[in-house]
Amino acid sequence: MAYAAGVDVGSTQTKAVIIDETRQIIGRALLDTGANVVKAAESAFVAALEERAIDEREVEYIVGTGYGRYRVTFGNTQVTEISCHGRGAVHMFPGTRTVVDMGGQDTKAIRVSSDGEILDFCMNDKCAAGTGRFLGAAAAALGLPLSELGPISLRSDKQVKISTTCTVFAESEVLAWIGKGKRIEDILRGVHVSIASRSVGLMRRVGIEDEITFTGGVSRNIGMVRAIEERLERRLNLSEDSHYMGALGAALFAMDHLLEGRTPTRHTSALES
Amino acid sequence: MAHDYLAVAEDYGYSPDICGYVKADVATQLKGGEHPMGRIPKPALSVLTNACNTYLKWAEIWERMYHTPMFTIDVPGARDADDLSAAGDRNFEADRRYVEAQIRELIGLCERVTGKRFDIDRFRTVLTHANTMSRAWARILELNAARPAVMNALTDGTIYLGVANGFRGTAEGARYFEQLVEELEYKVAHGIGTATEETYRLIFVGVPCYPIFRRFNELFTEWGGVFVNSTYLWFASGGANRGFEYDLGDPIASLAEGLLVSVRDAMNAMFHQDRVVATMCRECAADGVIFHPIKSCRTVSTGLADGRRHLTERTGIPSLFIESDMMDRRVVSEAQMKTRIDAFFEGLASRRRQATAATSR
Repeated sequence: MAYAAGVDVGSTQTKAVIIDETRQIIGRALLDTGANVVKAAESAFVAALEERAIDEREVEYIVGTGYGRYRVTFGNTQVTEISCHGRGAVHMFPGTRTVVDMGGQDTKAIRVSSDGEILDFCMNDKCAAGTGRFLGAAAAALGLPLSELGPISLRSDKQVKISTTCTVFAESEVLAWIGKGKRIEDILRGVHVSIASRSVGLMRRVGIEDEITFTGGVSRNIGMVRAIEERLERRLNLSEDSHYMGALGAALFAMDHLLEGRTPTRHTSALES
Repeated sequence: MAHDYLAVAEDYGYSPDICGYVKADVATQLKGGEHPMGRIPKPALSVLTNACNTYLKWAEIWERMYHTPMFTIDVPGARDADDLSAAGDRNFEADRRYVEAQIRELIGLCERVTGKRFDIDRFRTVLTHANTMSRAWARILELNAARPAVMNALTDGTIYLGVANGFRGTAEGARYFEQLVEELEYKVAHGIGTATEETYRLIFVGVPCYPIFRRFNELFTEWGGVFVNSTYLWFASGGANRGFEYDLGDPIASLAEGLLVSVRDAMNAMFHQDRVVATMCRECAADGVIFHPIKSCRTVSTGLADGRRHLTERTGIPSLFIESDMMDRRVVSEAQMKTRIDAFFEGLASRRRQATAATSR
């Protein structure tokens, strides 16, 4: 059996996925990226191998993706996370035409064709407003674990209107509302609605077409899922593996290379080398 | 260099959002004209058109700093996007007389400021050289529709633009362009492309990213992308792309006509860039269009997103929208641009693979 792998080195977390020739996920791993990007990529890959005790030599093709894609030093080639999220989403939900990927410092809206081809995409520019980083800052300001933000926000019945999704001002914005005596669930509901609104704006720029698949780390946040769904008045495709969608897409591209016997199609960038 | 100058202007009180060119100039003036390429003399008179609203504020700065006069040539814009009125048309002739009157007024002002008489024969010589350059400029753009393209519109083209604007109306400029046309014609005839491998032919819309001028281009050439044309070579050449030639028999009226034709064309290349770009795509057989709005020039950047959408609806040609700046490297994020550019090429490559597979079926 031949295996292929995708390693997605994101700004916050690094994900690795291993697939077999039937394109089923047989190994996955997730860990914090930290300061040593090369090490994070290696560790995630090794952890994914360990899930089914696969020998590293059996993995014949590896694609790196994410901001740290050129730091996947053991990878054969690189593909951007935009292409990978589109590919992964269409693989998992073949009806996908719009992908919204919310990660640590990026929110992307991607429009794809039925075969996973990227038709258009749009991302937040320069600034991490309205991304996962804002939620992280809000969690820190409230002294709550990140995983609790979504469920707490769903308890709200009187949402606070959050005017900024600027990550720098997240803490002061949240603390200001606490100072005014607002309940934490109402503040958090406001935070989610505000970010959802911004991401829907990005989606509108590429054109929203059903089905919509939500990927990236923030897709695990049920509060964000509900906030986007309410804003769009549509259901989002979600999977247990949504967080791994970029790595899965990378692994699928790797399998293409492997099965087609293709050689790497691109050059190494001078920027990263 | 630019960041040092921008910092001086911002310390003086200008906002980071103001046009980078203006701020760099303000800093140059504050430094007494000191510049890495030499000392720039103080202006005795500033002459401008209304092609950009910032020009007016810019000239007012000199007026305040040096108490010297400014003269704005008010060039009436096209009345709508399809206004192709030309010499002989009633509206056009009225506009020409309006501009011509302003030119005659300017001549008087120049005579007073310089103490020298206007020399119409010397003026004819300048127009003769300008005609040669204008003819060459249009020819160069036409030649680059060749496959492979013989010059990169973003890098080579911008250098040519510098010569075109810095040496307009001079014998040196005319000679440079005559030789350039000869060189490019030779390259076309012999199939010598500017790139060793021309995989994708691209159109550039906007102003170049000067802070990383070379690297920016490499982000495209690494994928075999070559810029075959650029709206910058249209609007920043003062409309020389039209190849307009002055009538030496009636030089002042003809200068007025040239101003009308070129300023309108330059403005249309910015404000109705979707039409211009659709034409470029067709003539150059382009594979994709790169829209590059810049933070510190809203004049050229406003409307690019709508223009892009309109172009997509009309032609379906793949395009990319990346933002940076023409001077301010604080808003140039190479890593972010690279991800977008790589994704754009991944899409082009996938599209081409599928098209090839479809035709071989």
